[in-house]
Amino acid sequence: MTDLLAARTQMALSLGFHIIFAVIGIGMPALMVLAERKWLKTGDPVWLDLAKRWSKGTAILFAVGAVSGTVLSFELGLLWPTFMEYAGPIIGMPFSLEGFAFFTEAIFLGTYLYGWTKLSPKAHWWAGVAVMVSGTVSGIFVVFANAWMNAPAGFEIVNGLPTNIDPIAAMLNPASFHQTLHMTIAAFATTGIAVAGIHAWMLRKNPHDVFHRSALHVALLVAIPASLLQPISGDISAKFVAKYQPAKLAAMEGQFATERGAPLRIGGIPNEATRETKYALEVPKALSFLAFADFDAEVKGLEAFPEEDWPPVAITHFAFQIMVGLGTLMMLASLWVLVLWWRKREVAESRPLLTFLALLTPAGFIAVEAGWVVTEVGRQPWIVYGFMRTKDALTPMPGLVYPLIGITLLYCFLGVVVAYLLWAQILKTKPMTQEMRVP
Amino acid sequence: MTLAYVLAGVTMLALNAYVLLGGADFGAGVWDLFARGPRAARQRAAIEEGIGPIWEANHVWVILVVVLLFTCFPPVYAHLSVALHIPISLLLVGIVLRGSAFTFRAYDSTKSPVQKYWGRIFSISSTITPVLLGVCVGALVSGALALPEGGDFLATYVRPWLTPFAFAIGGLTLSVFAFLAAVYLCVEVHEHELQEDFRRMAIAAAIAVGAFAGIALVLGSRDRLPVMGSLLTQPWALPFQLITGVLAVAAIGALLTRRYRLARAAAAAQVSALMWGWALAQAPYLIPGVHTIESAAAPAITLRLVSYGLVGGACVLVPSLWYLFRVFKSDSMSAFERVDTAEYRRPPEP
Repeated sequence: MTDLLAARTQMALSLGFHIIFAVIGIGMPALMVLAERKWLKTGDPVWLDLAKRWSKGTAILFAVGAVSGTVLSFELGLLWPTFMEYAGPIIGMPFSLEGFAFFTEAIFLGTYLYGWTKLSPKAHWWAGVAVMVSGTVSGIFVVFANAWMNAPAGFEIVNGLPTNIDPIAAMLNPASFHQTLHMTIAAFATTGIAVAGIHAWMLRKNPHDVFHRSALHVALLVAIPASLLQPISGDISAKFVAKYQPAKLAAMEGQFATERGAPLRIGGIPNEATRETKYALEVPKALSFLAFADFDAEVKGLEAFPEEDWPPVAITHFAFQIMVGLGTLMMLASLWVLVLWWRKREVAESRPLLTFLALLTPAGFIAVEAGWVVTEVGRQPWIVYGFMRTKDALTPMPGLVYPLIGITLLYCFLGVVVAYLLWAQILKTKPMTQEMRVP
Repeated sequence: MTLAYVLAGVTMLALNAYVLLGGADFGAGVWDLFARGPRAARQRAAIEEGIGPIWEANHVWVILVVVLLFTCFPPVYAHLSVALHIPISLLLVGIVLRGSAFTFRAYDSTKSPVQKYWGRIFSISSTITPVLLGVCVGALVSGALALPEGGDFLATYVRPWLTPFAFAIGGLTLSVFAFLAAVYLCVEVHEHELQEDFRRMAIAAAIAVGAFAGIALVLGSRDRLPVMGSLLTQPWALPFQLITGVLAVAAIGALLTRRYRLARAAAAAQVSALMWGWALAQAPYLIPGVHTIESAAAPAITLRLVSYGLVGGACVLVPSLWYLFRVFKSDSMSAFERVDTAEYRRPPEP
């Protein structure tokens, strides 16, 4: 394995690992806050139980998210020192602001988790709100920095060095809005669906469990608006990519030839050698319309770019298909819930729906991972799109396969442990029935 | 005084905060490892209670240091990342295992035998990580990171930090963290016997701090490190050494006479003085022989915007931190602790 491939794999693994916890860190506080709000309003202890149970899971996941995020802040330099030296002054701003947002999040999470008996119920609830807001803001700032890698702005290159730096323009680059929007909604949709799925699974065994019914309702309250809004933000993203990163769009769609009225491909296997995508279900002219709002617009194919500037086509294409496919399923689940609610005022009784939700538990996470593969792999071979190639940013340190092995083992271990702990904490619980509710 | 100097100072302040707050959390983990005798379980419980609510926040200081470094002094961040790749990577493993093991222990079922292993992982990584942090600082201080181009692997990536001096700084860091933790715990526990335990630990750690400082001084003088020269010859050096010495004596004296709040203040001041002595001795270099504060600074506009960001961030951070510590580290709130959980379960009036 080359050092470049080892470094890219380590970065992908570290980001892929951290993103799961970051997403939960954004989504979970919203659920806790909603449950606790219900308790404050109704006094029904089931809501307090729910908020406490969820907060235990959040504590475990947040700790792993915090330390894996720390690893990333060091890894940027350990693996890509040249990139950081170049980019630090340009995009350091959002990272610094993220630092403060994350600080606030950590402070109020400590207050929230350990303050159940030390704070008044109202103050405790507001601490939860502070966690939710600062967590979301912190995620937005990090994505700002990544957006700049896709749409570099706020500097000029003079004699090979960045000059005339404008950190504000860099932060508010053309990709910032749609990337942060897409990611923030994804965090809420993913967490909402995953939590709904877990509790739906428990309800299949015990449909009258009040605890899991309440949990399902709160989770759906977050999941439904997010998963219904996501296709809209996805469309905004696609239009951006079409305009600013045409090679990425071509790879996402497996579009090799430049053509007018390009079809939208569902599925299919792109072949870089023969330059065609076979076995896809093609919707005529739909890609031209989705990308440019014009059925006959010209879509640039990969052939329009030198082959050395192609992103890995197959990976980008498959990842994009997976993301869109799972996003669609999550949207359908939300519509199903809404229809049932409208007709019967009840969702926990429908066994097929519960099964569908349970099956969708990991869907959001897989979609988020796939989405980041589209963003990051689709940007290759560039680390700063159009300005710096990934291979030129690599550390001179040899033997990078060893840190890769180390971090892989460490994260596998942590992943197994977290899964076990959540199972022990959240799922191995006694069912709660109506009679157990204390008046 | 330029903005670059101000930001270098702020970065140092953040590192100072990390040592005083996050460092003490590491130190508490060290005492978890060395908890002995009839009260070992209670010592561990006090340690866990002391760290629980605050460690996540205390940990963020190190992220702030990293972010300030790559935003304001990007070449320094890049250079350190390359030259210290190996110890930094090991340090990260320690940080990950420590943070997650602590949380896993706290949230795993209390009766599980697995909990004991989490405690072990937590305390062992709490002990190794500060040494590695000190080794990185020691390598930096020693000036060994000014590498000639084209050296072989060992000369470039291993020898600069695998030195007796760097490990002496590692030992110093470990004993400083343990010292801070023991002194803080003296204030935080209210049981007399436990207080006596932590007081003994604090005195032992204070002796270790002195010993490692002495070893580092001897090794540094033997190797004629430029930093040592500055620490001895600069005009500010003598008063500074005096202040540090007085604070050290005050901390020990306060421990001996059981004035724990005074001991806490003196210990924190002593450790800060130690750190600023290093910073002053190394200035204007960020990496001795390679980058100065001015030569490594990012463009003026970046520095200016970051300082606005710091002011804005501090407006959020300072009150939040104050609130956190007021809730969990102040006696005045203990009335709330007595509130029965059942009592709490009763909802407020609508």
